[in-house]
Amino acid sequence: MTNRQNKRVVITGLGAITPIGNNLAEYWDGLLQGRNGVGSVTLFDASKHACQIAAEVKDFDPHQYLDKKDAKRMDRFAQFGVCASKQAIADAKFVIDDLNADRVGVLIGTGVGGLKVMEDQNENLLTKGPRKVSPFTIPMMISNMAAGLTAIHTGAKGPNSCTVTACAAGSHAIGDAFRLVQGGYADAMICGGAEAAVTPLSFAGFCSAKALSTRNDAPQNASRPFDRDRDGFVMGEGSGILFLEELEHALSRGAKIYAEIVGYGMTCDAYHMTSPVPGGQGAAKAIELALADGEITPDEVDYINAHGTSTQANDSNETQAIKKALGHRAKEIVVSSTKSMTGHLLGGSGGIEAVATVMAIQHNKVPPTINLANPDDECDLDYIANSSREHQVNVALSNSFGFGGHNVTLAFKKYG
Amino acid sequence: MNQEIFEKVKGIVVDQLEVEADRVTPEASFANDLGADSLDTVELVMALEEEFDIEIPDEKAEQIDTVGKAVEHISEETGAAA
Repeated sequence: MTNRQNKRVVITGLGAITPIGNNLAEYWDGLLQGRNGVGSVTLFDASKHACQIAAEVKDFDPHQYLDKKDAKRMDRFAQFGVCASKQAIADAKFVIDDLNADRVGVLIGTGVGGLKVMEDQNENLLTKGPRKVSPFTIPMMISNMAAGLTAIHTGAKGPNSCTVTACAAGSHAIGDAFRLVQGGYADAMICGGAEAAVTPLSFAGFCSAKALSTRNDAPQNASRPFDRDRDGFVMGEGSGILFLEELEHALSRGAKIYAEIVGYGMTCDAYHMTSPVPGGQGAAKAIELALADGEITPDEVDYINAHGTSTQANDSNETQAIKKALGHRAKEIVVSSTKSMTGHLLGGSGGIEAVATVMAIQHNKVPPTINLANPDDECDLDYIANSSREHQVNVALSNSFGFGGHNVTLAFKKYG
Repeated sequence: MNQEIFEKVKGIVVDQLEVEADRVTPEASFANDLGADSLDTVELVMALEEEFDIEIPDEKAEQIDTVGKAVEHISEETGAAA
C-alpha cells in the first residue's frame, strides 16, 4: 500500500477550541492537569431530557476571530471550525497569499453539522409557516460549511471538502488530507473536525438510543472510559485542527515541526448501525492498516489515544481490538481516553484527539484517563489512570470509530 | 417620511446587518452602502414583516433597495402618515 515516492507530511500548526480550553496552550495544560470539562447543560433547557449534562465550550468569544455579522451567519459548529483553523494557521506562522492559495486546502469533518440552526428553523416552520424560515437555514446547516467558511475567511483555494462519518469524521478528514498532501495535490491542508451538538433534538435522539450517560447528579464523574461503572458517553463540543504541510515545503520556510503523520488505516464493520462488531475485528484491522501504511511495527508504538467513549460497547471492544492488532505489546503500550475530560465531540473528537496525540509526541508526556476508579474486567490495559505521565513517545496512534461502523486509525511519529 | 417608522426600520437594519447607525440614512442602498447580500436582503424583509405585521410580496421586496423605499412601503401598508 505504501508508495515510497510519496511525499512526507508533517504537522506545523495546531488549533483547539475545547471544553477544557479555548486554545492549544490551555487545552494541553488542561489535558495534563486532568481538567474536567463536564457540567450541567446550559445551552438549552434540558430539564425534560434523560441526560442533562455535557462538556460545553466555556467563554467562547467568536468575535476574537470574526466580525459580528460573519459570526452571526455561522452555526456554532462552523464558528468553532473556522476559529480553530485560524489558530492553527497562526500557530504555523503561515501566510496564505495569491501565490500559494491554490496549494492550500481545507478538510473539516463533522458528525451532524448545523443541527441548532435546523432545529430553530424547523420550529419557525411549524409555528409561523414556511415564509418565516430564514434564507440562512440551508447555508448555516449544511455540514460542509465549516470547511467552506474556513476557505472564505483564510483565502485557502485548494482542495476543499468535508467528511461526514459520525464520530470518525475528524479522523477521516485528517487522514484524507494527509493523502492529498502525500500525493502532491496540495502543499498544505487545514484539517480536523468540528461539532456543536448540545441541542434538544440531538440529546433526545442520543438519549433514546441509550448512548448518553445519565449521571446527572454527578456530572464530573460521568465520563469514565474503561471503568466498570461507565454508563454512556458525555456530549462534548468544539474543534481541533491540524495544519499539515509537505515536509520540504515546511523545511524551506523554516517552520516548527510538531511531528510527522505517517499512517492512515480505515475499515468498516459492515455489521450494525450503532453497535461495534463484537471482538473488535474492524477496529483491529484499521490499526493494522495504519501501522502497515506507516511502516511501523507494534514494537515501536508508545501511546494510543483511544476512541474510549465511556459506553459499555466501545471500551471493551476497543481494548480487544488493541490486543488483536498489537499482540503482546498491548499491555506495554500506554493508552488513554481524553474523552474522560473533554467528553465526546462526535465528529470533532478526531480533531482534538489528534492534537493531543501530536502534543504527546512533542512533549513526551501522556494525558490521563480520569475517573478510572475500577477498571472493567474486560478493560485490562494501562490506561494512564487519573494522572498524566512523563513517557517517551516516538510513535503514537489515534483511534476514532463512528456510527455506521466506520473505523479510523491515524499514526504519528516524532520527526527526525 | 414617517420618522417613527424610519427609526424602527433603522434599528432593524442595524441589528440585521451589523452596521453603524449613522450609516443608515433614507438614501442608503442595502446592497451598495450597507453590505447586504441576497440572503441578507431576504432576511431583512422577513424581519420588517415581523416587526410591522405586514406581508411584503417578493415582487415588491425586489423593488425595495433603499432604507427610504422600505419606510415608504411600510408607511403605505400600515396607513401611517408620511
